[in-house]
Amino acid sequence: MLMRLAYRSLQSLLVTLCLLVTLLATDLRAQEDLRAMVNALGEGNFAQTIKQVEALARTGDPKIVPALEALAAGDLYQRKSDKQVFLTKSTGGSLTLLDPLSGEEVGTEAASALTKIRVNNGLRRAVRAALGGLTLMSPDAGVRLQAAQTMLRTPSADALDQIETALAAETSADVKPVLERARAAALLISDRPDDEKKAAVAVISNAGGQDALSLLSAALSSADDNLRPDIETAIESIKERQAFWAAGQNVWYGLSLGSVLLLAAIGLAITFGVMGIINMAHGEMVMLGAYTTFVVQEVIRGSFPALFDWSLAIALPLAFLVTGIVGLAIERGVIRFLYGRPLETLLATWGISLILQQAVRTIFGPTNREVGNPAWMSGAFELGGLTITWNRLWIIVFSLAVFAALLFLLKKTPMGLQMRAVTQNRRMASSMGIRTPWVDALTFALGSGIAGIAGVALSQIDNVSPNLGQGYIIDSFMVVVFGGVGNLWGTLVGAFTLGILNKFLEPYAGAVLGKILVLVLIILFIQKRPRGLFALKGRAVEA
Amino acid sequence: MNEKKPTSLLYLDGVSVSFDGFRALNSLSFVIEPGELRAIIGPNGAGKTTMMDIITGKTRPDTGAVFFKGDIDLTKRDEAEIAQLGIGRKFQKPTVFESHTVWDNLELALNRKRGVFATLFYRMTAEDNARIEEILSTVRLSNRRNDLAASLSHGQKQWLEIGMLLAQEPELLLVDEPVAGMTDAETAETAILLKEIARTRSVVVVEHDMGFIRDLGVKVTCLAEGSVLAEGSIDFVSADQKVIENYLGR
Amino acid sequence: MITSFLLKSFDRTIVIAVAVILGLGLLVPALNLLTPPDHPLHVPTYLVSLFGKYLTYALLALALDLVWGFCGILSLGHAAFFALGGYAMGMYLMRQIGARGSYGNPLLPDFMVFLNWKELPWFWYGFDMFWFAALMVVLVPGLLAFVFGWFAFRSRVNGVYLSIITQAMTFALLLAFFRNDMGFGGNNGLTDFKDILGFNIQADGTRAALFAASAVALALSLVLTSGMVRSKYGKILVGVRDAESRTRFLGYRVEHFKLFAFTVSAMMAGVAGALYVPQVGIINPGEFEPGNSIEVVIWTAVGGRGTLIGPIIGAILVNGGKSIFTAAFPEFWLFALGGLFVLVTLFLPKGIVGTAQAWRAKRKAYRKAADDEAAKAMAAAEPLAAE
Repeated sequence: MLMRLAYRSLQSLLVTLCLLVTLLATDLRAQEDLRAMVNALGEGNFAQTIKQVEALARTGDPKIVPALEALAAGDLYQRKSDKQVFLTKSTGGSLTLLDPLSGEEVGTEAASALTKIRVNNGLRRAVRAALGGLTLMSPDAGVRLQAAQTMLRTPSADALDQIETALAAETSADVKPVLERARAAALLISDRPDDEKKAAVAVISNAGGQDALSLLSAALSSADDNLRPDIETAIESIKERQAFWAAGQNVWYGLSLGSVLLLAAIGLAITFGVMGIINMAHGEMVMLGAYTTFVVQEVIRGSFPALFDWSLAIALPLAFLVTGIVGLAIERGVIRFLYGRPLETLLATWGISLILQQAVRTIFGPTNREVGNPAWMSGAFELGGLTITWNRLWIIVFSLAVFAALLFLLKKTPMGLQMRAVTQNRRMASSMGIRTPWVDALTFALGSGIAGIAGVALSQIDNVSPNLGQGYIIDSFMVVVFGGVGNLWGTLVGAFTLGILNKFLEPYAGAVLGKILVLVLIILFIQKRPRGLFALKGRAVEA
Repeated sequence: MNEKKPTSLLYLDGVSVSFDGFRALNSLSFVIEPGELRAIIGPNGAGKTTMMDIITGKTRPDTGAVFFKGDIDLTKRDEAEIAQLGIGRKFQKPTVFESHTVWDNLELALNRKRGVFATLFYRMTAEDNARIEEILSTVRLSNRRNDLAASLSHGQKQWLEIGMLLAQEPELLLVDEPVAGMTDAETAETAILLKEIARTRSVVVVEHDMGFIRDLGVKVTCLAEGSVLAEGSIDFVSADQKVIENYLGR
Repeated sequence: MITSFLLKSFDRTIVIAVAVILGLGLLVPALNLLTPPDHPLHVPTYLVSLFGKYLTYALLALALDLVWGFCGILSLGHAAFFALGGYAMGMYLMRQIGARGSYGNPLLPDFMVFLNWKELPWFWYGFDMFWFAALMVVLVPGLLAFVFGWFAFRSRVNGVYLSIITQAMTFALLLAFFRNDMGFGGNNGLTDFKDILGFNIQADGTRAALFAASAVALALSLVLTSGMVRSKYGKILVGVRDAESRTRFLGYRVEHFKLFAFTVSAMMAGVAGALYVPQVGIINPGEFEPGNSIEVVIWTAVGGRGTLIGPIIGAILVNGGKSIFTAAFPEFWLFALGGLFVLVTLFLPKGIVGTAQAWRAKRKAYRKAADDEAAKAMAAAEPLAAE
């Protein structure tokens, strides 16, 4: 917000500077005429001043812009002694006078020697229209665009002629459509014939958006019966498009949430889904991955600031290693003694999760740690009516890439073959020479490592704190159970279904209630299909 | 449906079921008469266990009819209900309550009211006591009555499970590989036990051990690929070309 | 019928345990009220409340043991039943405050006035009466457990799946109770209680009475659970735990047996929660934390699941340890608790009481074997002597 404000003021400063340069090069004679007209602003009542402003606008000379701006802002003063009009700048008790056209300092006066030129709303409107018209002719396309947008937002029938003149001269492809819309907006409230107005309605309707909606709604109240149906259909169509884009935005948010769920759950799909181990410390693996990213960024900030944009790429393999090794240690140290006792595994891994959380809290402190977004992860872009942030987009891409890599690993590599063999028939695999304990350990390490790289991605959108993992553990289990245990595709579908469902419930039920509803729905779903969406059937399951 | 024999105890007609495209049972039909002892043989994957799953309500058939005592449709009932109707089942792997004593195992199996509150306020009666004693001696476990079932040998667990089925007083007993892992002496004793049991009820025995089936000396049904391959006396079935090809081998 | 049920529930261990619990229920309040503060045996009031809290935890662990130890249902939803019982009691205590709240509204609790609510929500009706609140303490958790269990057990959701969905249920309740518009005080929960049944909740006498009530509730629940697990019903429950399909094929409706145990257990947890709230003076959504449910599991595991005394001992030991530990080295408590989870599951799967029982049984068997040996030797020796 602040940034934008600063940007705006900088822009207007630049515009003023440009105008000043042009001003110096202009014919002095013309300047004298203008001066007289500016001085006339101090005379007469509001209605006369408005006429004067319109006359100034008709000159089309950009030099009068500062004076008009000052008028609207209430900074234009008339010297009582000679009825000259000046811009002013406050300096202590007195006012510094500036020439209204050149902007040069021309002396100081006590406040008592000056009369402020009073403005009312009607006058302000006239000034705004005049300014719009003037800046429409600016040689700078950026200025013209801004002017056109202003005129679109606050249309005035009086500005119609100016817009049309500007439109005829307009060459920029960026400015022209906005100008056309501005013309349509102005035309709608002018006294032009209905045919032209109908065309204008079509132009505005095509533009769409909230602004168009309010323009048309405003026009609807004053429209005659001939025009009314056109406007009504236009409003309908805009609303439909808005609903469509809102749904699209929800799908996008849902996909984004789904990708987060997928990342969090995909490691679990290996340890729980494939191996049947209930790993309650899974969330802590994600957390460790996020802290690895934090450490990597700290080192980079301290020693190699140029590498910051590469921090995530560096953190990924490290996080995989760190969490993979921790996972290996957990499997060798605890879980392998508990195979066949899933409830005990649940308890032991919960204990491990407490230890890991407290360890991280002791080392890094209990508060959130700052993990930065590299440049390519920041910002957003527009796609139709959608706003898409880069970090969300990259996370979706990343989650799908991880999924694909995992699928490839399981289905196409010797290691994946061994893993599948061990889970399907341990004794047979072992008698065929596969070292089953080793495969168990590696599979678990793989699942943990994937949780770690999920942590790298999630560090970009979530608070990195010792409790990071706890927020994901229940959701992850829900995804895996919902999708169907032992089925990687189920996890993919489960994650995105739950993500989108969540985001579609949110507008109706609110974020918290939406989440509760999703949980309740899953609980009901599990009653109906205890083995998930893509369950394996038959004897193998019972065994 | 009209063609079913009114006298039959168990009647399967055209039962098919498949798991993920694999056809475990393929239009299986056969009939068990009251008081009959029947042996079922067949190679692995012939559908023997699936057939038992269907009769006891663990698996629902995709198509086909399963009737008990003439007109009771078993495909519409669950395990507990079917067990209460009088069909007992012994699993391939002996399944007893390991942390209960032999006595308690039989007490739980006894055919009495099986509701929550009936069991909560159940008191052992003299009649029940006598019945358990009787079964204990039938399955030759009288001297182990106070030991935990977990401490029994494999063969004794098989007998205890058979004893539990007796306590259940079923009209039809399904027995899955009762002599797997038994010594020869135990196998012979089990054959005697089953024949004894079959005097008062129907028994279906699934077994691989041809010697044991010969000992039983009963009608044999050979299953393969989910349907009946041959049916008749042991000599008749073992002479059948298809049975030799599919199961016994040359 | 009932007498035989009760008679069966008492064996030597249970009689001793009930006697000890009731004895403590008398002794601790007596030492608190009847001895002067400088007496060496005096129990300060804060300790009475602390021990009272342990007793409610023990009751909660006992409730969990009924389903986990005897039926194999690892419920991660018992913190929810506990908290619901607690909220029911908390609502009664809130209504007792009356016009003494900071806003002085005679009908609405402070947080409702703060949220600008104009009238009492319908579900707060009746909680001004103790009997109604007491009924809700058992009915609400019982009903939730019944409905949830009915769905879950009927669809044969088993083992870890059941654990996970009970955890999801608890989590959903946690989120719900955090919401202000649920009408349960949101984040802050219910607190600032003034009195219970007309007695000042802060008074020593009330605290002592609450302790005694907790002891009585624990003793009664112990008798009840003991009766249940020693009946034929209890044996079937264990059968379900060890060989569910065998039980089913014997003709028992396994889902009914599970449902009954689950519902009774949830009601016990509700009572525990209701006794907990007045002794700690607050109930808030934090009680629904999934971690709390799992902690109850570890108390039960430490003491010995499948034994009735075990969970009581476990709950008191672990929580006593927690009180001491968090005071002495607050940062290390989670390490200790986490380590406890790992060590108990790895090295003490039967828990303290279970291991002791197994050890005693082994020694008995060994002694019996030795006796038999001796008898044989005697028998063998006799003919020799005759010769």
